[in-house]
Amino acid sequence: MTPAREAFRAILAKDLRAELRTLQSLPAMALFAVTTFVIFRFGLDRTSLSGDLAAGVLWATLLFAAILGINRLFVTEREEGGFDAIRLAPLDRTALFAAKAAALLAYLVVLELIVVPIFAIFFLDSAAALPPLLAVLLLADLGLAVTGTLISSMAVNSRARDLLTPLVLLPLAVPLSIAATGAIEPLLAAGGPGYERFGTWLAVLGLYDLIFLLVGYAVFDFLLED
Amino acid sequence: MSAAVEVRGLRRDYGEQPALDGVDFDLAAGETLLVLGPNGAGKTTLLRILATLLRPGAGEVRVLGARLPGEAWKVRGRIGFLGHEPLLYRDLSGRENLRFQARLHGLRGEAAEARIGFLLTAVGMERRADQRVAELSAGMRQRLAVCRCVLHEPQLLLLDEPDSNLDAEGRELVRELIGPGGGRTRVLVTHDPRRHLPGAERALVLGPGGRVVRGCAAADLDPAEAGAAAGGVA
Repeated sequence: MTPAREAFRAILAKDLRAELRTLQSLPAMALFAVTTFVIFRFGLDRTSLSGDLAAGVLWATLLFAAILGINRLFVTEREEGGFDAIRLAPLDRTALFAAKAAALLAYLVVLELIVVPIFAIFFLDSAAALPPLLAVLLLADLGLAVTGTLISSMAVNSRARDLLTPLVLLPLAVPLSIAATGAIEPLLAAGGPGYERFGTWLAVLGLYDLIFLLVGYAVFDFLLED
Repeated sequence: MSAAVEVRGLRRDYGEQPALDGVDFDLAAGETLLVLGPNGAGKTTLLRILATLLRPGAGEVRVLGARLPGEAWKVRGRIGFLGHEPLLYRDLSGRENLRFQARLHGLRGEAAEARIGFLLTAVGMERRADQRVAELSAGMRQRLAVCRCVLHEPQLLLLDEPDSNLDAEGRELVRELIGPGGGRTRVLVTHDPRRHLPGAERALVLGPGGRVVRGCAAADLDPAEAGAAAGGVA
């Protein structure tokens, strides 16, 4: 058997190399997010947001931008026979799950490094909340990467892939969304960042990540069967 | 000689439609089995089951001593599969694809580079190896697919129309890697039996619904009969 770590590295490196070469996912995700911020700015007719409204605008935009990347996560494996090539190799298939989730996590982190500062320019009076905000988003991204990888691996074989991913993912992401916006809301409060129940929401995010990591580890092998 | 492949009462359905129905055969190590039949007779399904890519619906399948599907993990990495698709990523170069495959099979470093270099030279692709696969012709992709298939020196080759898209030179070059001889055990699906019959020891003719029409020594199959068996739609 090829060591899982070696297979993980090989698949992740292949995915990142292909994305760097083709730029099929990240530019679309970033453009979508920035366009959505523009729509919110003019739609709400506000130059400054705070509290729950700011948290909702930021999280909803990132979640829908993430769906663009999630939809494409397994497309090359499906269209170019990568699933078969990987299934023919003597490796633990959870390496594929871990590598795809890591690739999606990398896309989400890069996306946020680009668009969160733009969000701050559009809507925030101060950048003081950005460092703790990025920590919250990192935990939320891990959950989104894991659930997104699971859903994408199921949806990729369907002709209704573009419809199926959001239909299945969004209900699964409700607890994640509640915890993420719950943690972000006090950080973006009008008077400056606050930290009430911050630890609780981070713990909920961590628990969500852990549960779906275990679910993914347990079921991914079966999802790849014919 | 020990049996490399043993199949008993193999059945596989797609919905209500049977794709394979009661297929039986044995193949000894070092032998070639030629699988013939019209379109839709289940040849590709048979190959994908032997490759562990599809589960058998019913029956018993042993490949290289491992019972499928339960012990599939034992034979992955010992099988070389060449299907209709080259299983290459279009946005990577041929060499990058082979390096990726080598890593999945646990080959790294100088040993992997030497093996990749040898194979690329063997199929005449060393000068085009750094071009993206998307920029290559179908014949060149097939040559790379042959390299991918034998990269990890498999004990069993499962070949589905291995000559497709290849010109005469390409057919001769890949013959060195996946052709008869050299102790290779092969299951070969083809619509060109006249070309492949001389290199085969066994023949299996499938008919409509994946039923076995004939299983015999390749020498007992008349080339004209083989040609007729390979054509049409099931």
